[in-house]
Parts: sequence; structure tokens; C-alpha cells
Amino acid sequence: MGKFIKRLFSGTIGVTIFSIVIAFIMGGAILLLAGYNPVQVYMVMIEGVFGKPKNMAWSVIKATPLIITGLSVAFAFRTGLFNIGAEGQFIVGSTVAALFGYYLHLPPLIHIPLVFVGGAFAGGCWGSIAGYLKARFGIHEVISTIMLNWIALYGHNYVVGMPGFARRTNISCDIQDSACITLFKNWKFSEVGRTWFGAHPILRDIFKTPLNSGFLVAVLLVILVWYILNRTTLGYRLRAVGFNKDAAEFGGINVKKSIVLSMFIAGMLGGAAGALQVMGVARNISTLAAMEGYGFDGIAIALIGNNSAFGCLFAGLLFGALKFGGARIQSPPVRAPMEIINIMIGTIVFFIAIPRLIRMIIRWREKRKGDGDA
Amino acid sequence: MADVDFTHTTVEMRGIVKKFGSLVANDHIDLTVHKGEVHALLGENGAGKTTLMNVLYGLYQPNSGEIFIKGDKVEVTNPNIAISRGIGMVHQHFMLIPPFTVTQNIILGKETSGPFGVLDIQKAAEEVKAISEQYDLYVDPDQKIEDISVGMQQRVEILKALYRNADILILDEPTAVLTPQEIREFITIIRNLTFQGKTVILITHKLREIKQAADYCTIIRRGKRIDTVEVEKTTEQELASMMVGRSVSFYVKKEARIPGEAILQVKDLVVRDNRNLKAVDGLSLEVRKGEILGLAGVDGNGQKELVEALTGLRRVESGGIFVHERDVTNRDPRDIIDSKVCTIPEDRQKRGLVSDFTVEENIILENFDRKPFSSRGVLNFQAIRDYAGKLIDTFQISPPDGTVRAGTLSGGNQQKVIIAREVSNDPDLLIASQPTRGLDVGAIEYVHSSLVAQRDKDKAVLLVSLELDEIMDLSDRIAVIYEGKIVGIVNAVDADENTLGLMMAGGGQENG
Repeated sequence: MGKFIKRLFSGTIGVTIFSIVIAFIMGGAILLLAGYNPVQVYMVMIEGVFGKPKNMAWSVIKATPLIITGLSVAFAFRTGLFNIGAEGQFIVGSTVAALFGYYLHLPPLIHIPLVFVGGAFAGGCWGSIAGYLKARFGIHEVISTIMLNWIALYGHNYVVGMPGFARRTNISCDIQDSACITLFKNWKFSEVGRTWFGAHPILRDIFKTPLNSGFLVAVLLVILVWYILNRTTLGYRLRAVGFNKDAAEFGGINVKKSIVLSMFIAGMLGGAAGALQVMGVARNISTLAAMEGYGFDGIAIALIGNNSAFGCLFAGLLFGALKFGGARIQSPPVRAPMEIINIMIGTIVFFIAIPRLIRMIIRWREKRKGDGDA
Repeated sequence: MADVDFTHTTVEMRGIVKKFGSLVANDHIDLTVHKGEVHALLGENGAGKTTLMNVLYGLYQPNSGEIFIKGDKVEVTNPNIAISRGIGMVHQHFMLIPPFTVTQNIILGKETSGPFGVLDIQKAAEEVKAISEQYDLYVDPDQKIEDISVGMQQRVEILKALYRNADILILDEPTAVLTPQEIREFITIIRNLTFQGKTVILITHKLREIKQAADYCTIIRRGKRIDTVEVEKTTEQELASMMVGRSVSFYVKKEARIPGEAILQVKDLVVRDNRNLKAVDGLSLEVRKGEILGLAGVDGNGQKELVEALTGLRRVESGGIFVHERDVTNRDPRDIIDSKVCTIPEDRQKRGLVSDFTVEENIILENFDRKPFSSRGVLNFQAIRDYAGKLIDTFQISPPDGTVRAGTLSGGNQQKVIIAREVSNDPDLLIASQPTRGLDVGAIEYVHSSLVAQRDKDKAVLLVSLELDEIMDLSDRIAVIYEGKIVGIVNAVDADENTLGLMMAGGGQENG
């Protein structure tokens, strides 16, 4: 039995799958207690995600920003930093993207990359503030990024209400079409497009959604982050600092610079997620009463994805599906509460974290034993 | 020793087995200790001696085996049971609270209190004084731990055990932090304790101390008891070969050389420590081509800060550091490495290795952004693998696999990885800071010959070590550091332990 548990817990992917299964069982048990039929609820959920091509498209759309904020947190984590600030970086990225998207009038070929890069860069700068504070004054990034999240939120709300930019109360003007990345955005509503889609109902169904090229960008970013971390001297340097900054410093690596750079890159990812959300889905920004949670979900995604780039891709897709499919169970005939989804997400995170916790304790104890005989 | 009752066994451990996962730390070990004797446990690092004593003290539970204390079979499931049976343990790293006084530390956990739990510190101080007089362990009960010397702190630890009525004392590597003079005093102390009927179990890997202090010695190798011998009837050489399992050479072969010009010059260096005190205080020295300069001193006299300043990790307040007559004061570590100065750091785990990196990744730590290991920012894994493979071969790093995590290697092999990395940079000056700390005899031999090889290639070597024997064996010249200053430099051939020991303690003044 002990051996079995050990083997199970030794494989990261095994742990993740195990946690997901447990989460479904836990969610089922709670549904049962609340008087719902779990089988029915899950059928609705699965139907909700995979039933129609349109629904799958929605799941992907929901997953896109989450994959990228997950990458942001994972990247920072791999370099020894805990980026709680993906939320704020996301907000800053979306704000700047909305401004660039509305005020600039450029051909799409220039406008789209400019808005994207502008949003990402703004997020990067936002992240590097926390990096600088850590490198220069030793302020822990968890504290500074939480505070920066709120500054971003209120700054964002200010921008939304700026005269000339606010379309009506609490909502900004839409970005120009030239900055929009929704696929076939005009063509699909044109006469020709309608006729064509009339002949292809499945595609019509899919493109009814604001399906956009953001997901492709997300996949490219996954590959890029993986490449940077594992194949470049930049990744080597940042990981060395993350694992052991004393040894990195000893080896001639500039630790402070690395911390700022690392937070800049993580912030860029957060900002990119925000920019893509505006460019592909929202098209405008609106006053936020509270954090939307894209960045915070990114933390859970990074954890489920074991802080690996490709892990974030799959964890993000899982989250997107749970969120979209979860919304479906609220409507008749089930009328189950959406909170069930949050319970399930919480359970997954819990069970993924627990074995790691156990392993951490085991390692710590072994270390202590090692010290005992040193 | 005539009045010692050898018929009375005070501790008996039978067939102790302790496993950590697949590692068998204690493999059916038997140990018999008689009342009133000093019994040494000898073995290399990781042989299992501390584990065995932790089992006796109740810190670990054995997988099998029996323990008898004073004739009774005892299940020692926690240290309180051991303490109630009269066992006291002094750990290698002292468990004292620096801002507390001697008395406060001694009574901690067994405070004498009056009504309403008011601490009666006066009474406690008297009790402490009485015990310290009884055993000739002089301490000032009102001084703070942070203000007294390491030797004194050790006395406090021993008193702490005696205060709890211990009559069996386990001392774990007690001399590691002491000067030669303090070691001599320490040996007198334990002799004294045994005359008063106490039993001492001494964990050590220092052969000379065993010869001087112990009656019996049990040798443990790789978790197994090899033998128990009467110390008087054996030699250091015999003990060493039992400990290691083969015959070892204590002395490093070294040809005489004439040193060349100075590679490193340090002039009036002042460096502050973390508490902002002057740890290095006007220090000057020179290391020349083709020599090993040994820096001897008791721990905490500025060695650490000096090495950090030399490697660019700590700011220099004033004074200068020159390599090849070029000023490298307050340059960053990269610059200093580029001036052909390489360092084997004091703390392998902290500074030397990124333990979560593979051995390969560690080997390129200082050169990862140079050709052939990378070009235009992209790592070249083939080149890295080839280079690491070559070093693993040359330096006989085990396991011979560059893709394993560095943290999984044994201490000796971790040190080999560091030495391989630093020496293969072909430095003009190699700084070795406590290069053999925590290594076993075999690994020590290896490290020593690497340092001598470096010297024989006409390079300069600065050896910083707390082990006086090591300094005396390897160095061509010996500099003694005390309170951040060099208090004397002698040629190794003229050096004797006594003079050096006096200089290490501050030039022969009374010092505690």
C-alpha cells in the first residue's frame, strides 16, 4: 500500500489526474447532499462543453486569457518569484490596449501588433515595478503586487470614465475594427458571409462566438515560454537565480537585474492576456467593482500545470471548460448552483497541493536526518 | 582508572537497526559502555554514529534492536525518557539562546520558580554555581551567551546536561569549533567528569583526540560496527584504516618550490559583517605564484567576510584588493572571475551549487553565456554535455552522469563538481574556503591533492580552513587571522601547533 501511494505521488501527471478524479467525486458528493443528481449534472456539463462545436469554441475563448495568466505566474515561479500581480498586469494590459485600440487609426497589419505589444509592454512595466522594489529594497513581491493590483484597478476605472473615452457610464468606447482580432468579424455578418455560413451550419455555429486568434497567440506564447526557460541563456540565468540566488551571484550572475527582468517578462504575459481579451472578446473596458480573477485563476492554473508551460496550456483549457460548462448547470432542468464548479476547482487545487505538501515534508525530514549525521 | 567499575554496564545497545528509506544508517550495531569510561564512537561522515546516538537519546526510533540503560530495558520513544534515565546530549551545533545569560540558558525548561510561577533566578544562579564548582567547569552565571567564547558555550552545554542530573553524557563532535588550547582544556574537563563517576560517549572523527581522551573506541563504517578496541593498545594508523576500510596516507606529498611574484595583494582591507561590525579590520596579505598560503584562525574571526570581499560578494569599506596588480576592489563577481580568480566556497549548498540544477548545468554556472556552451543566447546542449562528461571523467565524479540533480550527490562528489568547475577555469588564484568541511577521509585526500596540483602548476592558492592540521599539512606559508587582522605569518616548516594556537587565540593573551 505504501509503495502504491509512493508511486502514485511520485508522478506529477499521475497526481494531477488523480486530483481531478477526486474533484469530480467530491463535487458529486456535494451535489448529492444538496439534492441534485450528480450524474445528470455532469452529463449537462459534458454536453455543455462538448455537445456543440459552438460550446467548444466558447471553452477555448474562456481558456485563452487563463492560459496566459497561468504562464505569467508559472514563469515567475520558475524563477523564484511569486507573481500574485498577474491580475493587475492583466488590468493594465487591457486598459492600454483599449486606449491604443480606440485612439489610434492604423491599418490592421500595424494596429493589431501595436495594440498587443502596447498592452504587453504596459503589463511588463507594471510587473517590473514589483521586481525593482524587490531587487532594490527587498520588498517581497507578494506584498507589492497585491498593492499594485488595486492601484491598477482604480487606475483602470479612472481611465474608463475619462471624458472622450467613456461611451456611457461605466463603459468605454469600442476599439477600432482595425485592432480587433475576432476571426471574420465583418465578413461573417456580410451578405456573402451569411450565405456561405448558411451552407456550412457547423462553421456558422462556431463563428457565432467571438472566436479569435487569441488562442493561437496563447499557444505560441506557451511554446515561447518553454523555449526561453529551457533552451536559452536567459532562462538558465533566471532559473539559477530562482533556485539559488546565492550560488547564482557567486557564479557571476547579476541577481538584481534578473529579478527585475523576470518580473518584467511575467508582467508582459499578464498584460498580453489583458490585451488579447480586449482585442478578441470584450472590445472595450468597463468599470470594475472587484477583481475579475483572471490573474488569480492563473495561480491555480500554474499550480495544476506544475509550473510548466505546456502544463499551463492544459490546465487553462480545463479551467475554461469547467467555467463554461459550469455555467450551463445553472439553467433548467438542473438549476444547480455555479458554486459547485468553484468547489470542484478548489478540490483539484487542494489535492494537487496536498501530495506536494507531503513530498515537501518528506524532503524536509530527510534533510533533517541528513543534517543529523553531518 | 583503577577505581572505575568495569563490571557495571551503564548503556547497552543490542542489534540496533535504523533505516531511512532504502538507506540503512545503522545495521545491527551493538554498543556496550561501562560506567565511568570515555567511550569514543569513531567513523566517517555519514557512517551512522550520530544516528546511533540519536536513537539512544530518543530522537529516532530504531527499526529493531534493544536498549538497556543501567540494566533496565528501556523503550526510548522521546528525549524526555532519555533525560529521566540520566542521559544528556550536547549537539554539534549548540542549542543556546545568545541574548540569554548563562543561568537562563542552563535552567531553560527546568526553571526553579517560587509561588505563582515567579522565576527565582537568584536561587538558580546559586545552583549553577554549585554545579560548576563541583565539576571544575568554571563559568560566569550572569554573562550573556553572545558575549562568551565558544569554549565557554560548550561548558554551558555540558552544565545544562549536568543540571538535569545527567550521568551519561553524549558529546557530538565537541572539538570541531575549539582552538588547540581549548581542546586541551576540554580533554581535562571530560577526564574530570569521569573521575566523578560520569560516563562520556564521544562522537568524533579526530583520531588524536581519541588517543588523548578515550578509554575505549567503537569504530563504525557504513552503518556497521567494525570493532571495539581498547585505545591504549592501538595506534592512530590502525584506527584510521578501520574507519576507512583501507590504509590512508595522512600526509600530502609535496615538493619544495620557490614561489614567484605576488598574484593577490590585499592592503589594509576593512570589511563589515552583517551586524555592521568591522569583521575584517585592516588586513594585509599576499599570495604568490606557486605557493599555498594557509589562513589559520578560529571560526568567526573574519575569514568568511574576507573571502566574500575577495570574491566580490561583500562590499569593501576601505583598503584594496589587487590581482596581478590590477585593482579589483568592489568589482562584481563576474569581473573577479574574469581576472582569473576562482573560489571553492565555504558553503557548498548555499554558494557552491544550485542543487536543483543538474550536474551539467552546475558545471557551466560561470560560463553558460560563453562559447561553446551557448551562442546568441541559445544554449548548446551537446557542447555542455561533452564538456561535463569530460570533467566527470577527469574528476571521477560519481555517479558518472551529468543529468542527475546535483543535490542528490554525496557531499564529497558535490565538492568534486565544484572543484572541477573552478579548477577547469584555469585560475591564477584559487581561493579554497574550508574545502574539506564535512567530507570523509577519502574525499579529503582528493581535495588536498587537487590543491597541491594547482600549486605545482605554478598557480597561487589561498587556503582558508578551521582545521589547523590541514593548514599545517598543505601550506607553504601560514597566516593567522584574529579579530579581522593578520597577527602573524610563518613559514610552514617553522610552524608548530602551540605557537599557532596561541596566535589564533589572540597572541597568547589570557582569553577565557
